[in-house]
Amino acid sequence: MPESFSRAVPRIEPMAAESPLAGFRTLLYKEVLRFWKVSFQTVGAPVLNALLFLLIFSHVLDRHVTVYGEVAYTSFLVPGLVMMSVLQNAFANSSSSLIQSKITGNIIFVLLPPLSYREFYAAYVIASTLRGLMVGAGVLAVSAAFVEVPMAHPLWVLGFAVLGGAILGSLGVIAGIWADKFDQLAAFQNFLIMPLTMLSGVFYSIHSLPQFWQDVSHFNPFFFMIDGFRYGFFGQSDTSPWLSLGVVGLCFVLLAALTLAMLARGYKLRS
Amino acid sequence: MSTPAIRIQGVSKHYGSLKALGGVDLEVGQGEFFGLLGPNGAGKTTLISALSGLVRPDGGTLAIMGHDVVADYRNARRNLGVVPQELVFDPFFSVRELLRIQSGYFGIRSNDDWIDEILASLDLAHKANANMRMLSGGMKRRVLVAQALVHRPPVIVLDEPTAGVDVELRQGLWQFIRKLNRDGHTIVLTTHYLEEAEALCGRIAMLKAGRIVALDTTANLLRRFATHSLAVRLEHPGRGVELGGSAGEGGWVDFAFDSYTEVEALLARLREAGAGLVEMRLGEPDLERVFVEVMNRA
Repeated sequence: MPESFSRAVPRIEPMAAESPLAGFRTLLYKEVLRFWKVSFQTVGAPVLNALLFLLIFSHVLDRHVTVYGEVAYTSFLVPGLVMMSVLQNAFANSSSSLIQSKITGNIIFVLLPPLSYREFYAAYVIASTLRGLMVGAGVLAVSAAFVEVPMAHPLWVLGFAVLGGAILGSLGVIAGIWADKFDQLAAFQNFLIMPLTMLSGVFYSIHSLPQFWQDVSHFNPFFFMIDGFRYGFFGQSDTSPWLSLGVVGLCFVLLAALTLAMLARGYKLRS
Repeated sequence: MSTPAIRIQGVSKHYGSLKALGGVDLEVGQGEFFGLLGPNGAGKTTLISALSGLVRPDGGTLAIMGHDVVADYRNARRNLGVVPQELVFDPFFSVRELLRIQSGYFGIRSNDDWIDEILASLDLAHKANANMRMLSGGMKRRVLVAQALVHRPPVIVLDEPTAGVDVELRQGLWQFIRKLNRDGHTIVLTTHYLEEAEALCGRIAMLKAGRIVALDTTANLLRRFATHSLAVRLEHPGRGVELGGSAGEGGWVDFAFDSYTEVEALLARLREAGAGLVEMRLGEPDLERVFVEVMNRA
């Protein structure tokens, strides 16, 4: 039957892909462009927020508290605020992009092209990590103008920032795909991400906590992200940086596997 | 032997207890202008979504230009352009940025010549640098068509492309789609405007409750299912009704018949009955009647 209905028409070939990764690179570019177009809100505002934290806490506590022997509290605080900014903005990027696309329906433009679920994952997570790093770098640069911040091991700083951003970028993908409305996404952010961040040692060394809460902190992966990151600055930390690296690396592998499994199944994206 | 543009074999899809598609078989030849019709909830959009990879069927296979939409999804999607039913857009970008990005998703990074051609054909060239939020509904609809064409796909699926679109734009759009079809693109169209489907589509499938209940050329469907009609305005309408007509308003009486050869005899009987013919008009069979007839029978 189909033969009789095919017309003798010139065969049309679709345009050829210029390189195997061109689709992935475009999605990454689009995700970066998306937050960069509103950088006042996505980069500038978080930097200002972190600086307000720094201003208030340093004013109140700097003369009263020292950490790791003689490190001033304000210096101690800066890496925590930088990492908190990296984590929160990495999460915000992928989660808000996905839920907006789902709610407005334009996610279809990403689902129709020949992009694999791995390319999809990599583009969203790398873009999120980049935004996290940009905000983190902004907070660090502005803080360094007022506060002396040493950097004993820059590679550890970069490694933990990238891994932390990638973990929160993955969590953002999960939340953005799972949530059907902004209210659910806000719940994910306020009842999971925010408490885990605040209770991770951003503002304090866990050695200042009672033993019970010190033990509880070791079940919070965010603690290891911040502690390992801080090691890169001071060469000192609450726990071994290698243990932190192991925990953070394992978290990333597990979350990446979970996110990829969701995407491969098409969970809430391809019914 | 040429590969069909679309091959659908035994495709089924359930959402819980709801059967959206119940074993659909369908082939569309290359270069066809094909219509997919059915009432709301018949399964048209689910079938299109299965073709484009947005819906995963419970059973069966689908292929575009010979490429399986699951096993060889990259080539299948490269050969397919879909204009979605909903008026969706990304508010962050201008028209040109959006089309460049869409090209890039298909791996085409230097595509400005073709993008300019599409923009000119769809009368959007003057809006190339405007943000999507600034466009009217009709323009946004045309951008959706442009997005579906950026990778020059041989098979183009249009899901209700003229819903809520004014007459002028609709005609312009169809002119452009016809040209694409003449150039060799296979077009699959779903629409609630049956006169559009009748005028454009060479072949039509009608769906009801996830099953194909009619599949034939448009001409055959009109021949098989629709009857001609003769409407007459009479001085004595009651006499027309006695001869088998159905009474309308203002003295009009309608007669249905299968062939024009019956008209002469009918007029003779009206004259003999002294019905007093004042005015008459012939009604051609149309797809709307076919549609109603098919849906009632299925």
